[in-house]
Amino acid sequence: MAQKGEPIIEVEGLMTRFGDHVIHEDLDLTVNRGEVIGIVGGSGTGKSVLLRTILGLKKPDAGRIRVFGIDLAELPEEERRLHERRWGVLFQDGALFSALTIAENIQVPYREHLHLSQELMDELAAIKIAMVGLRPTAASLYPSELSGGMRKRAGLARALALDPEILFLDEPTAGLDPIGAAAFDDLINELKEALGLTVFLVTHDLDTLHATCDRIAVLAEKHVILVGTIDDMLRSDHPWIHEYFHGPRARAALAGK
Amino acid sequence: MLRIAASGDWTIAHLSAADGELRSLTAGPVKAGRAVIDFSGIARFDTSSAAVLERTARLLEEKGLRVEFEGVSEPQRRLLDKIDTYGTPDTSKAPPAPFYIELVERIGVTTREIGEEARGMLGFIGTVVSAIGRTAANPRRFRLVPFVHHMEKSGFDALPLVCLLTFLIGAVVAQQGAVQLRQFGAEVFTVNLIAIIFLREVGLLLTAIIVAGRSGSAFTAEIGSMKMREEIDAMRALGLDPMEMLVIPRVAALTVTLPLLTFIADLMGLLGGGVVVFFMLDMSPGVYMSRVQEAVDFWTIAVGLIKAPFMAAVIALVGCRAGLSVTGSAESVGAMTTRSVVRSIFLVIILDALFAMFFTAVGI
Ligand SMILES: Nc1ncnc2c1ncn2[C@@H]1O[C@H](COP(=O)(O)OP(=O)(O)OP(=O)(O)O)[C@@H](O)[C@H]1O
Ligand SMILES: [Mg+2]
Repeated sequence: MAQKGEPIIEVEGLMTRFGDHVIHEDLDLTVNRGEVIGIVGGSGTGKSVLLRTILGLKKPDAGRIRVFGIDLAELPEEERRLHERRWGVLFQDGALFSALTIAENIQVPYREHLHLSQELMDELAAIKIAMVGLRPTAASLYPSELSGGMRKRAGLARALALDPEILFLDEPTAGLDPIGAAAFDDLINELKEALGLTVFLVTHDLDTLHATCDRIAVLAEKHVILVGTIDDMLRSDHPWIHEYFHGPRARAALAGK
Repeated sequence: MLRIAASGDWTIAHLSAADGELRSLTAGPVKAGRAVIDFSGIARFDTSSAAVLERTARLLEEKGLRVEFEGVSEPQRRLLDKIDTYGTPDTSKAPPAPFYIELVERIGVTTREIGEEARGMLGFIGTVVSAIGRTAANPRRFRLVPFVHHMEKSGFDALPLVCLLTFLIGAVVAQQGAVQLRQFGAEVFTVNLIAIIFLREVGLLLTAIIVAGRSGSAFTAEIGSMKMREEIDAMRALGLDPMEMLVIPRVAALTVTLPLLTFIADLMGLLGGGVVVFFMLDMSPGVYMSRVQEAVDFWTIAVGLIKAPFMAAVIALVGCRAGLSVTGSAESVGAMTTRSVVRSIFLVIILDALFAMFFTAVGI
């Protein structure tokens, strides 16, 4: 069994670009097993692109990415699929399958990867729906019949379907009401404690950062300029980091702690 | 005493067999008394397994057993408590209705839908006409750029396909006609056959069907995906009129291009026929042309071209309306696109039949 604290995601010298538009250059980042790492950065600094690159949805233009200690890009298709089951992803806009109900969306990975009875799948889907704080009646609704915040939760439920080792979340609390967002923070903490889950969390939500993250990585100037705890962030005198963690909103969020 | 000893990896990947066993255990009769679920052999554990074990414990308790968990680690305990707070998930579904009821229901639903659809289409035509009226009153609101763009896409870009297909059909009709008419020694009338059939009917019908497949479907898919991504709502919220922005340019563009395409299709059909006649009947191009002239009068061509704008309007309206009826899912874009093509081809043929009756009545 893998040890807590060992690196689970390693990004070295990553370069990505779209045409001539370089998004990342010489980006290094290590995420350890069992931690919640928050990725912050201004809009358009490439947080979502970094997440997609780690997932293998975009090819890096230079550099290496290792997840679970393996360079997945080098594996044959079949083996890579096996490893891909070990993570769950919540995309920025939910990315639910519009032709399926919420329950069916959650059951997609069960159907594809496992042979479970329909009874068990229904039961597990219902548990996941309850876990993310949706009403049970949401199970039979289609994504277009849900509100934006509810779609986020449904996307999270699908990401949790296979009880993954790593959870990639792209702005999970955006669009959630404050109560829902707080419940989300609790859920992340509980899952981390109970399952040793590693969470790669892209967020602008300062409350979530405070409540859940063990470490924070700041993305700016095309690479990770600082990785550390909240206290490290507060001490940094990099202008953007200072602005971010000492701005009026940050003070309000910190004051609550 | 009932003792359930769990061991090894209790994760979702290995859950299927264990779940089956536990289900049959809880479904069958059990002796009252004490039950122990032993966790100490468990290596890995996840929420799904917690859910299954919680359910097992709950079902056993309902049968009057006292259930205890043994050897539960702290994280496992927390997970079990968490799952417990969600209670029994209600996974019951409404039982499916018997087959005959469903049959009647589907007939009823479809009939109602046809009625509603007809009403909706009439309403839509009304909306478009009133939007056209507004545009006519204020011609500067007409969107010239999309109009030209759609003329190019649905007209100019369709030319190669329309030319090729009508040329081939013209040739086929001529060849079949010549073979049949030769039996009466009347093969010279092949020319009349091609000229009349193409100019009155086939040139237009073929073109309309090709355009319905190419452009009607494109209209539905374009407008449908915009609807799906709430772009139409965004337009309305910005005070823009989707009718004016999306529907009128398309309807206008097709109404202009379909007659033009039809005219070219007619020429290509005659050309195809001419080529066959030249080889099969040794008829020189000059003779062919003068025979065509004899066979055709003004109304033969006019009958074909008069129908074209009406069919164009039908294709464009059906396509746009289907696009605007798309609901949230990607599947509905596909369903609506299919429906729009089927419906516009259907209506084009119905319209053609109505026109045939009309022209017969007025004697041309
Ligand atoms: N498919 C694409 N083609 C071209 N450029 C892209 C593409 N996807 C992203 N980009 C560019 O990459 C940059 C980073 O985008 P990304 O979506 O990662 O931002 P982000 O940090 O997630 O921002 P936000 O916080 O607003 O979500 C942006 O400048 C964007 O224009
Ligand atoms: Mg993003």
